[in-house]
Amino acid sequence: MLPILLEQTLNGLQLGVTLFLLASGLTLVLGIMRLVNLAHGSLYMVGAYVAFTVQPATGSFLLALFAAVIATAILGAVLERFLFEKLYSRGYLEQVIVSFGLIMFLDELVRVVWGPLPLPAAIPDMFEWSIELLPGLLYPSYRLVIIAAGLVVSILLYFLVTHTKLGMMVRAGASDRRMISALGINIRDLYTAVFAGGAALAALAGTMAGPIYSVQIGMGEAILVQSLITIVIGGIGSIRGTAIAAVLVGITDTLGRVFLPPGISQIAIYVFMTIVLVWRPRGLVPAHA
Amino acid sequence: MVAALEIVHLHKMFGALKATDDLNLDVVEGELHAVIGPNGAGKTTLISQLSGQAAATSGEIRFFGENIARLSMPQRVRRGIVRSFQITSLCREFSALTNVALAVQARAGHSFRFLRNAQNDSRFTGPAMNALDQVGLAHRADVEAGHLAHGEQRQLELAIALAAEPKLLLLDEPMAGMGADESHRVVDLLRELKRRYTIVLVEHDMDAVFALADRISVLVYGHCIATGTPEEIRRDPAVRNAYLGEDAADAGSP
Amino acid sequence: MLKKLLSLPIKHRLLILAGVAPLALLLAFAPFVFEVLEQPFYLRVASRILVFALAASSLNLVLGFGGMVSLGHAAFVGIGSYVVAILAWHASNEVPLSLGPFVIAGTTDGLVAWPVAILAAMLSACIIGAISLRTSGLYFIMITLAFAQMIYYYAVSLQQYGGDDGMRMRGRSILPGLDLSNRTTFYYFALASLALCLIFLFCLARSRFGLVISGIRQNETRMRALGIEPYPYQLTCFTISGAIAGFAGVLMVNLDSFVSPADLSMARSSELIAMILIGGVGSLWGPLLGAGFYILGQLGLGTLTTYWPLFFGPALIVIVLFARRGLVGLFVPGRS
Repeated sequence: MLPILLEQTLNGLQLGVTLFLLASGLTLVLGIMRLVNLAHGSLYMVGAYVAFTVQPATGSFLLALFAAVIATAILGAVLERFLFEKLYSRGYLEQVIVSFGLIMFLDELVRVVWGPLPLPAAIPDMFEWSIELLPGLLYPSYRLVIIAAGLVVSILLYFLVTHTKLGMMVRAGASDRRMISALGINIRDLYTAVFAGGAALAALAGTMAGPIYSVQIGMGEAILVQSLITIVIGGIGSIRGTAIAAVLVGITDTLGRVFLPPGISQIAIYVFMTIVLVWRPRGLVPAHA
Repeated sequence: MVAALEIVHLHKMFGALKATDDLNLDVVEGELHAVIGPNGAGKTTLISQLSGQAAATSGEIRFFGENIARLSMPQRVRRGIVRSFQITSLCREFSALTNVALAVQARAGHSFRFLRNAQNDSRFTGPAMNALDQVGLAHRADVEAGHLAHGEQRQLELAIALAAEPKLLLLDEPMAGMGADESHRVVDLLRELKRRYTIVLVEHDMDAVFALADRISVLVYGHCIATGTPEEIRRDPAVRNAYLGEDAADAGSP
Repeated sequence: MLKKLLSLPIKHRLLILAGVAPLALLLAFAPFVFEVLEQPFYLRVASRILVFALAASSLNLVLGFGGMVSLGHAAFVGIGSYVVAILAWHASNEVPLSLGPFVIAGTTDGLVAWPVAILAAMLSACIIGAISLRTSGLYFIMITLAFAQMIYYYAVSLQQYGGDDGMRMRGRSILPGLDLSNRTTFYYFALASLALCLIFLFCLARSRFGLVISGIRQNETRMRALGIEPYPYQLTCFTISGAIAGFAGVLMVNLDSFVSPADLSMARSSELIAMILIGGVGSLWGPLLGAGFYILGQLGLGTLTTYWPLFFGPALIVIVLFARRGLVGLFVPGRS
């Protein structure tokens, strides 16, 4: 019992880290720009596809990761500057439909370029081994690497948002756009940077999770909904809340699938979200903005 | 005379800021009680706490003896406490008439009626027309509220409050942003309304306040420094010191 | 609305007439036209437009009139479809359906299955609304989406009823005196249903309830200051909308003889919103125009290229960015 519990808790933690990478970008865009970008999952997908095209071609996982992050960040910046910027002044409805149109477009584009079948995504050779965590419990090192990498990125991001000038600007931009413009900071570039950063994190998540889940069309939609649940539980706009919620959602979902009967296991995180929201309608850590 | 409203040890904190600081105030039934004070004295905050839009941090608000401090805004409205907004708050797509008729409709009980056309229901439009007439806006009844001029929207705001048949009327700067003619009309209207309603009036126009009020309370930093008749307030040295002296310089600003 | 129509300048009245009259004629005589042209497929498409218009109208009630941006409305449509299909499955396989302590027989009788389906959708809407409406704005959007996903995954987990692949219904529901398997009958039935629904919504919008709902959308604080607590009205609105959506689902499963989790997915909910947005948010005719445009547009692009989403997605974006008031805005002059 204990080995299974430990193994699944680690799996849950790994899902939680992946969710955090996706949800942190989403929650900043949502909390600061008030933009509902349901196409965030498509950026996750594009990142994974770029990575697992570059990896077989070059044989380098790190190079693949780098290419995916850069390419997706550029895509994010372009989308922000030429599309989403026009939507900041519009309602959520319009934002939802524009992202829906974008999902449609990107899914089809991937189908045209890469074909309808899932893309083979292998665990990098250097992590093709397992650790014996407990007697009889072999745990793949790659998953531990994801957890470690995710934690490092999370800590960096938290530090970036709470302790740097850029982070201060981001948080100030959330509360008063005009004030920040008056200080001579170009809010337009700031927003583009935040959006591109979110896209880069999504690509990072997609690349790292690719070998574990599956690199295929529509891979972004399922995890997008989980990320949305994460940010709602955490409190929209709050990085700290998102981090806590990502771990809780990851573990709830993973343990639920193992220990709960089918039919109930799939809806465990939704039940969890409902309970949290009945208790705290603005999430675990409500953001001030 | 009966105390319509008793405010007892009322406190309101915004973080560390004391917006209302141990406020005690009585409003007698049928009187027009003006609340004045320099900007930031907590006048609008007080109206919000009385109407239920904002919750008091501590203290009691008694309305004819009942403590209403924990009731929601709709619950207080049903008891007859009705406010007007300093910043006009209307349903902009509805006509002026429908805006007022909704207030009548809300007084007439629940609105779980799904099929009958309410927009030409004379039970609602009749009294609504009267209220519009009282504020001098009857000729603009069919105009969309969003299309009315600023002063007209202020008049509409008043008509809505009247149509809600208040026992206690909370008026937050009803003359803000009005021209001289419109202001005169509102002063005349308030003079008519006196005695029929108990009124708490927050207003910057000192001529209007001293002409209309039975009693005046002076708020400074959320605390009431004096209450009395206009004559008493005019003579009160603390008031002169804290407020009226400043007002001489401030009188020109809206 | 009529009064508003009559108060418009004559030029606009003619414009509206020019738009509405051919549409009404087309709707009334579609079966004959397609019969003459020997194109029964298009009658099916027309029925599909009507059914989607009904579903979109139910969403328009909460979203357009009530200002509640529900991102999970397809779930209620799907629940209506699934209930009818599941009851029919138990009838044709002669397996009783056990719901906890209750055991009931399946049925293909519309007079039994339909009310059950509508009630199920309505009840779900009531429960989901009761929780979601405690929040507002972004949270409301996200929560309605999450609940719909929850129902989606639940449907996927129903292995007995086809799981991910969905389930087929062997025949349409049986109604006394109406043969729904006849495509012309079905078309007129759908048309009548939509007409009734629109008349109901038209009356609702002017009723006491409708004024309150619209008032809450325009200015919630104002309604509170009038003594109106928004929550019970919004919840009632949401529940009524769920019932209409359930009815749309009943018709949809009868049209397709098939239902799958895709019918209650986020993509389907987005499609319904897109239809409303294309047609005109909060307008009575918007959902019908939007459903027509959406379904015909998809069909038309699909005959031109297999990669139609590559063009349809951007087209949606362009429409949203530039046609602010939807197709209805082309006919009815706007407010300044």
